[in-house]
Amino acid sequence: MALRRRSIKNTRGEATLFRVRAMVGFALILLGLGVLVVRYHYLQVQRHDEFALRSENNRVKPRAIPPARGLIFDRSGVLLADNVPAFRLEVVPEQVKDLPAMLAAIREVVPLDDSDIDAFKKQLKQNRRFDSVPLKLHLTEDEIARFAINRWRFPGLDVVPYLTRRYPYGPLFAHVVGYVSRIDADDLTRLDADRYKGTSHVGRSGLERSYEDVLHGEPGYELVEVNADNRVQRVLETHAPTPGKNLYLNIDVRVQKAATDAFQGRPGSAVAIDPRNGQVLAMVSVPSFDPNLFVNGISKADYTGYMNAEDKPLLNRALKSAYPPGSTVKPFLALGGLELGIRRPEDTVLSTGEFCIPGQQRCYRDDTRGGDGTVNMVRAIEKSTNTYFYRLALDMGIDRLASWMGSLGFGKKTGIDLLGEAEGILPSREWKATRSKFPWFQGETIIAGIGQGYWTVTALQLAHATATFAGHGTPYAPRLVMATAVVKEHPVPLPNPPSGPSVIRKPHEWEVVNQGMEAVITGGTAKGQFTGFPFVVAGKSGTAERFSRRTNDYDNNKNLAYLATRHRAWFIAYTPAEAPRIAVVAMLESGAWGASDAGPIVRKVMEAWLASTGGPVPPTNTLENVPATPSSTPELPEDTPVATPADMSAMPADSTSTAPPDDGGNP
Amino acid sequence: MIDELQVRLVRFIRRLMTRPRIDIPLAFGLILLASVGLVTLYSASGGNMAMIGGQAARFVMGGVLVMLISRIPPSMLRTWTPWLFAGSVMLLLVVAGIGEVRSGSKRWLDLGVVSFQPSELLKLTMPMMVAWYLHPRQLPPSWKDIVVVGMLIAIPAGLIAEQPDLGTALLVSAAGAFALFLSGMRWWKIGSLLAVVGAMVPVAWHFLHEYQRNRVRTLLDPESDPLGNGWHIIQSQIAVGSGGVFGKGWQHGTQSRLDFLPEHTTDFIFAVFSEEFGLVGVIGVMLLYAFIIGRCLWIAMEARDTYSRLLAGAIGMSFFVYVFVNGGMVAGMLPVVGVPMPLISYGGTSAVSLLTGFGVLMSIYANRKIHK
Repeated sequence: MALRRRSIKNTRGEATLFRVRAMVGFALILLGLGVLVVRYHYLQVQRHDEFALRSENNRVKPRAIPPARGLIFDRSGVLLADNVPAFRLEVVPEQVKDLPAMLAAIREVVPLDDSDIDAFKKQLKQNRRFDSVPLKLHLTEDEIARFAINRWRFPGLDVVPYLTRRYPYGPLFAHVVGYVSRIDADDLTRLDADRYKGTSHVGRSGLERSYEDVLHGEPGYELVEVNADNRVQRVLETHAPTPGKNLYLNIDVRVQKAATDAFQGRPGSAVAIDPRNGQVLAMVSVPSFDPNLFVNGISKADYTGYMNAEDKPLLNRALKSAYPPGSTVKPFLALGGLELGIRRPEDTVLSTGEFCIPGQQRCYRDDTRGGDGTVNMVRAIEKSTNTYFYRLALDMGIDRLASWMGSLGFGKKTGIDLLGEAEGILPSREWKATRSKFPWFQGETIIAGIGQGYWTVTALQLAHATATFAGHGTPYAPRLVMATAVVKEHPVPLPNPPSGPSVIRKPHEWEVVNQGMEAVITGGTAKGQFTGFPFVVAGKSGTAERFSRRTNDYDNNKNLAYLATRHRAWFIAYTPAEAPRIAVVAMLESGAWGASDAGPIVRKVMEAWLASTGGPVPPTNTLENVPATPSSTPELPEDTPVATPADMSAMPADSTSTAPPDDGGNP
Repeated sequence: MIDELQVRLVRFIRRLMTRPRIDIPLAFGLILLASVGLVTLYSASGGNMAMIGGQAARFVMGGVLVMLISRIPPSMLRTWTPWLFAGSVMLLLVVAGIGEVRSGSKRWLDLGVVSFQPSELLKLTMPMMVAWYLHPRQLPPSWKDIVVVGMLIAIPAGLIAEQPDLGTALLVSAAGAFALFLSGMRWWKIGSLLAVVGAMVPVAWHFLHEYQRNRVRTLLDPESDPLGNGWHIIQSQIAVGSGGVFGKGWQHGTQSRLDFLPEHTTDFIFAVFSEEFGLVGVIGVMLLYAFIIGRCLWIAMEARDTYSRLLAGAIGMSFFVYVFVNGGMVAGMLPVVGVPMPLISYGGTSAVSLLTGFGVLMSIYANRKIHK
């Protein structure tokens, strides 16, 4: 069978057939290889740019380097906000197999708050798997040591150094400098993601918040080559971050300290402003809090402690609490009477102890039973004669009163470089119309004449008005920050031009009111309070009632503690009266009398200010570490140019000596 | 005694030199290709000398294998063919029974000392068997012969596909089919058979494993699963495309060096090559492959009998399948199947089985027609 088949097999034909097939096959193969080449040409030539870019994006990843936050100094270069190295616990999520189990286990080694866990989980969602996420900030040495022993149990966790904010003066500047805290989920929607890449903290309150843009700086970045696991292979190039600018305050730490101490813990606030330029020389709100607690996440116990404290330590009273100004507004009203041509200085009013609106039953009292007799403007200010100002207010009318007081800055923001300022209330017909169905009553105008009723002011507003007056009417927006400085360069003063033209047209009118305010100190309500002070002081007390009078009977209880529960004590003053350089306002939330309770605080602020400028030290001064000048003559001390940081040359040349190098270092 | 040995050795070497039993151009092409493979491997492995040494040793072993097999005359191979084929199919059955499972598929047979994949044997025994069957038959083959050959192909290919190893199943059936094609099967028969196969595709889809289907799906839209199945395809295309015309230069392919490219020493090594040597390098290697395949077909044409012709032609043409499937996979044109780039991909089994095939070719060359 096989033989037969073989015999008819056409070997030569088969070879030819094969030859054809082999050639066809080879042609098809060449075609196939050609298709491959076309495909490679398509990828490598036509789509080359696209793939080259993707290859580069695969390989090179930018990594943000956060800038070092600007430091904050006082007027003479004392550090108020510093960056100090600390350690935090970081997690690389992709290296942790079982995250919940890890979190449960790590809590036994390093105690974690629920807030730590919450913040961690929030950030976890916003980060890539290979980016490390901070789990706990500011580890104690004990925690670092305990973690080090247990480290092998926690792959993907590491203790990493970083820079944290520290406020060496703690509560002293808490209401001014404020604090930074960890960036939270809300911040992430608000902040520029590119600028804040790698930054862990943001200014939360005070100047830290108001000057966030200046303090933060610009992040740098480095291009790193990564492999497919996103492990960094090497750094290709580095663009250093620009550190934030340093801030120099107008406040001198010694003045601030003296002002705080003067309160002896009693709730209240004080503000001192240089009338010549609006520089805030002191700003105090008592009680205060420790801003350092907030930086790395405040514990629940600390926070509820602050929140539940009756005297509200977190409240910045100078900025946000508005109270009736009481008699402190009388000099301003008097000036208004002169400016508006309603009163001449020599016009007199008879004070009998009670002032009744013609044709009405309701009467308004003087502080002194029986009244002060016949008073002119100077005497009315000196004695704080209510009747004089009842009548003046009545003659002026609420419209002109509101407009005039508004020009002194009442009822609106002063424009201080601090966020969150309260406006207070400057009552007017319009204001009442929006809040009440009743029309404006004449009686309301009368009590406005002595700073009572609806009228409320903040200590800052009153200080601003006092400074505006002391500066002969030229208003300046209060400024806490005197200058900013780029790292390693000299501070550049921030300009603060007058915010408007002078509100006083005739210098003589100023003299009259000033005379009245000097008389307050020499023989009026604040007699004796400034005895021995080297300069002439002009001032005005104010005692605002916290409750309305219910009966027509005189309250004969003279117990100071009792009165303190019913009164707020104000005192405003400026010095030297002939050329004012400081205007101070002090407010005690529970003070019996303005002059006797708030007056000494003002005096202590002035003394500390005088000492800080190198001026003569008054005999009663007890401040330590203040170099006393041998000269006892009350001559004006030479002052440095007003808008330049004093003792600038005494400052460390390298203002970042405690800060990290320029490239930041906040990993 | 020693003198006699020495004399025989000298005579053997002289004969090897004067009347070589190997085809010098083909050997040259293979050596060049192996060199390209080693150079690429050096870069792809990051200069891992253990890998390069191992691969070079395998090439040397393969070269010796080529020499040895080239001494076996095709007629003897033909006599052994049914037994070799039956043996390798038996081994496939054994693997199906007691094979070792590695990464989800049952391919390996552990012989204690070495473990190997019996499916690799089929890459050679399959075309041998088809050639053996068609050798005495009247050509072009009749429908009956075609059906028999179809059975011969389908049984082992089915066993291999079941392991599952789609790449090898494809190579094995292609080798058999090429022999059938070269035997002169009528075009209309080829056409109707292809039509039937085409109609079977949806049915075959039904029988594919889920992972195999996913590979096809991923090929159609790699970006749908960029970190899973699509990762290979995307990263490979990025490597190829970013190479451009002239490439990034030897050892400068970032895709492989930074591990973005998976399997960059084995199945995807050609992506490394394309990234570093660009389109110019790709065209060069394609020309080299075309030369090798063309030379194989030339040897086939020169062969003395039908068996040799079909075998040599089928081996040469299945070499193309490797290149096309691997090259297409790397370029994101074909699904990801485990087919190496011949003599460039790192790995012992494929290099050895490929060079065994070339040993057979050399034997056929040595026993070519004597021209008048």
